[in-house]
Amino acid sequence: MIHFVLLISRQGKVRLTKWYSPYTQKERSKVIRELSGVILTRGPKLCNFVEWRGYKVVYKRYASLYFCMCVDQEDNELEILEIIHHYVEILDRYFGSVCELDLIFNFHKAYYILDEILIAGELQESSKKTVARLIAAQDSLVETAKEQASSISNIIAQATK
Amino acid sequence: MAGTSIMETLFQRDLDDLIKGIRQQQIKESLFISKAIEEIRREIKSTDLPTKSAALRKLSYLSSLHGADMSFAAFHAVEVMSSPQFFYKKIGYHAVTQSFNDDTPVILLITNQLRKDLNSSNQFEVSLALECLSRIGNVDLARDLTPEVFTLLSSSKVFIKKKAIAVVLRVFEKYPDAVRVCFKRLVENLESSEPVILSAVVGVFCELCLKDPRSYLPLAPEFYKILVDSKNNWLLIKVLKIFAKLATLEPRLAKRVVEPICEFMRRTEAKSLLFECIRTVLSSLSEYESAVKLAVVKVREFLVDDDPNLKYLGLQALSIIAPKHLWAVLENKDFVIKSLSDGDYNIKLESLRLLMSMVSESNVAEISRVLINYALKSDPEFCNQILGSILSTCCRNLYEVIVDFDWYASLLGEMVRIPHCQKGEEIEHQIIDIAMRVKDVRPALVHVCRNLLIDPALLGNPFLHRILSAAAWVSGEYVEFSRNPFELMEALLQPRTNLLLPSIRAVYVQSVFKVLIFCVHSYLLHKENISSVNTDNLASEVPESVFARMSCENSDLATSEAPASSEQHDSFNPRNINQSFGDLSIENGGDATVSNSQASTSASLGRNSFTQESIVNLFNIVELALGPLSRSHDVEIQERARNVLGFTDLIKQEILNPVVQGEENLARAETEASRVVKLMCDAFSEELGPVSTSAQDRVPVPDGLLLKENLADLETICGDIQLPLSSSFSLSSTPLGEAVDISRTNLQSKDETEPSHESTSLLAEHRKRHGLYYLASEKSEVASNDYPPANDPMSQDKLNDDAEDLLKLTEQSLAPKKKPNQAKPRPVVLKLDGDEISVAAKKPELKDDLLSGVVQDVLLGNDGVPSSSRSNRSENLSGKSKGKEKLNTDLSLETKENVPGEKMPDHVNTSSRRSKHRSHGKERRQKGQGKDGEEKEDNGQKKKRKSNHHRGKHKAHQRADEPSNVVAQTPVIPDFLL
Repeated sequence: MIHFVLLISRQGKVRLTKWYSPYTQKERSKVIRELSGVILTRGPKLCNFVEWRGYKVVYKRYASLYFCMCVDQEDNELEILEIIHHYVEILDRYFGSVCELDLIFNFHKAYYILDEILIAGELQESSKKTVARLIAAQDSLVETAKEQASSISNIIAQATK
Repeated sequence: MAGTSIMETLFQRDLDDLIKGIRQQQIKESLFISKAIEEIRREIKSTDLPTKSAALRKLSYLSSLHGADMSFAAFHAVEVMSSPQFFYKKIGYHAVTQSFNDDTPVILLITNQLRKDLNSSNQFEVSLALECLSRIGNVDLARDLTPEVFTLLSSSKVFIKKKAIAVVLRVFEKYPDAVRVCFKRLVENLESSEPVILSAVVGVFCELCLKDPRSYLPLAPEFYKILVDSKNNWLLIKVLKIFAKLATLEPRLAKRVVEPICEFMRRTEAKSLLFECIRTVLSSLSEYESAVKLAVVKVREFLVDDDPNLKYLGLQALSIIAPKHLWAVLENKDFVIKSLSDGDYNIKLESLRLLMSMVSESNVAEISRVLINYALKSDPEFCNQILGSILSTCCRNLYEVIVDFDWYASLLGEMVRIPHCQKGEEIEHQIIDIAMRVKDVRPALVHVCRNLLIDPALLGNPFLHRILSAAAWVSGEYVEFSRNPFELMEALLQPRTNLLLPSIRAVYVQSVFKVLIFCVHSYLLHKENISSVNTDNLASEVPESVFARMSCENSDLATSEAPASSEQHDSFNPRNINQSFGDLSIENGGDATVSNSQASTSASLGRNSFTQESIVNLFNIVELALGPLSRSHDVEIQERARNVLGFTDLIKQEILNPVVQGEENLARAETEASRVVKLMCDAFSEELGPVSTSAQDRVPVPDGLLLKENLADLETICGDIQLPLSSSFSLSSTPLGEAVDISRTNLQSKDETEPSHESTSLLAEHRKRHGLYYLASEKSEVASNDYPPANDPMSQDKLNDDAEDLLKLTEQSLAPKKKPNQAKPRPVVLKLDGDEISVAAKKPELKDDLLSGVVQDVLLGNDGVPSSSRSNRSENLSGKSKGKEKLNTDLSLETKENVPGEKMPDHVNTSSRRSKHRSHGKERRQKGQGKDGEEKEDNGQKKKRKSNHHRGKHKAHQRADEPSNVVAQTPVIPDFLL
């Protein structure tokens, strides 16, 4: 299973973290520090796998972002690379040629998309179309809720409560 | 109140502002964040939901990316999560999922909210709740929400169902009893036509199988069907993983799946699937020659590929197969060796591992030689990796691959001289270990150690200090093998030793003491001998003879050492026998040792120049060097230094005075000194052996010793310990010595000691004849000067030569192994009981036991009495699922019947062991697993009856359903186990 997903920029800034196994806040910071040290220093044209504390970390660089996933020894590295690519493609489709800034400012969106692709550390949806459809449906749901909340009448109702 | 709320809403910074703020702050990001958190702390207390949720959103952003602590907001997160509006709910769920763990106290509060959302009609709310449960579910949540998850397992919406299936894994893990409720529905989904559902189910079984494959053996037919039918690569990879586990348990299953897997290998385009096939074949189907051959061909394709990923995975695949089919590695050895100089550290590492798997008795020396040359040229990290793997390969199973220990000792010495060497701890351990275990290596080892100690440059490298400590200890302990104790003494006392840590310095001082005792003792014996032969000529003869002997010292060394060690060996058996019979007549034992060591030292003594002057000189050096240490702040050093100085004071007088007094007094005066020296010498020549961890238990408790008594008279015991060593007690009377001796007598049976005699004399012979070929000390020193500096571009040229060398060498291990030329038999390596490497697999954890126990229960059709009231839910099963259950029962019975008889008891045992952890359904399951087919059928009947009884009112319904279902479904299941 996938234990966690990290998105790290080339400068070592964390762009997204998702933990499927229990790690305390301290451990999380340590893991990020350790792995960004290992992965960012690896040159191009090297293999995309790093052995780390009895696990394997599969990473791939897209533009300025490193997508990293930590998996068990038994897991298939190439499959994980495909999952990473799958995620990137969906992000790309959603944002329309995604760049790092998209992920910075739409931090939650990136999460919600990831949540439709992985659950409990396993791939749950291998169809890009389905994921796009699900995300769009949730987006519209959120929009209606937001509109309701921020409508003038609502604010007035609150204020005069 | 309302006013502030509006103000907050209007002027609150939202997430975008926060992100922009962080990005604009060029410096002091942490300050900005802590300020933002202060703000959030205030805002999150707001009663206004938009304000609160915006604050929570910012907080979860900071926590996720900047590691901010958000435990203080746990309760607020729960509040936001319970909002009816999806937008806020989502923020709340996100925060909860991200920050909650088993220790979060408010986790108790969310059970009802989760339940509500799991039952929601909005599928996205259900999805949020499931996602949350999959991440933070603890025992309580898993238990309380099992019914909801169970319901969702049969949801009509694929979107919900697949998530529910994934969550089941977490629920099972936390609350094994949920298996009773959910398992059947889970299994049903294995026949789903929806690929997404199938994928989710197989994913769950794949994880479950990794933990305990045996329980899922009965489901093999379903998996097989998927393997054959599916076209989905994601799915196939998971199924292959399952079969990799199952095939090792059931040989006939392996036979069945090997063909489809080979077929995949031949035709698939997807590298991920291909790799999974290769891995499955190499790890679990290695008996099938043709499959392995095919897989190796594919591995080769990976190796020659330009993609570094495939190269790496190819090497990894080879290391899976290496233990069983070394030929596969040897066939590709050129790639393996080429990869050793690859630019990628991971690939280098993998090829190093493979190379070490090729090491055998016949090529260990050559491979090590080439690797050490590689190590010299590589970067520090890989250099140490190489050294580490050489060390660990060589010491495997008590140095099983090492025949020539003299060579190994010199190899260790050489490693120390590699500039990047940081393996101090391992080398230290191995030097001491082989010194104690392998008697025959001691002369060579002492020589290696001398070279290390004598080199002042090594003292400057803190990584090597521990090795020097081992070298100092070996030199002191086995000083009798030293060619020149005076030189050794100077090395031990050289000024740069002040760079050492106090603890290591203390070892040095102790070694100084040992060397000193040895020298003085030898001198006295020498003198006695000569004076007894010819007292008059003493003064004139000594210098001459010494001079002559000095010159031939080197060539004669072998002869002088061998008798010494063999005689020592003699001395150690009678003493042991004395000890083991509990005969505490130390007088005898002590005498024997004295006379023996006398003989042994006198044999070697002749070649050393123990003259009056040299001894006096020795005393002077010692006093000069240790004088300052007697005021050291480190108690250990201080004490030891004072011991040595005290001894020199005592002896020096008596040794020096006679010269002045004349020869008449000589004999009388020296008896006193020599008595003291002899006793000390005895104390030190008492050999330390490796001590088994269980040695203490084997020491018989002496009569009259009451261990359980209180320690009121500890005082007197302590008094005893402080007795000076000059009493006639030899060290062997202490419990430790006894323990060592006892373990030694137990282990060294008589027939073992005989060959070791032979081997020593053979070794001596061999050394005498081929002394030339032994690695001389000077050589390694010279070599070290010649070493090119690390990463020297020039040396790259040589890399290729080295690669060729390695190629040649590894070929040797392909050739049928001839017995190595037994010119020099492998010396005895002392073994202890405690050394047995326990590789017994760790027993699965209790939780897994529980889980697999329940799973077996369910799979084998035992309708165990539910342990909790919730399991009553199973009564709500629809008729269809009941029919399915029956099917499973039959199926599992069938599977069991076909299992060979030998396998069964094993199975029963494991399950009965497991059942001990459980308080229910025990007997029934054991009965259900009986070997006999008839009995089983009988049991099956009984079970049916029981379950009918148990379910009372569903009886009629079930009966009607049962036959048709079984008949209809049986042909579907491939009866491949037959």
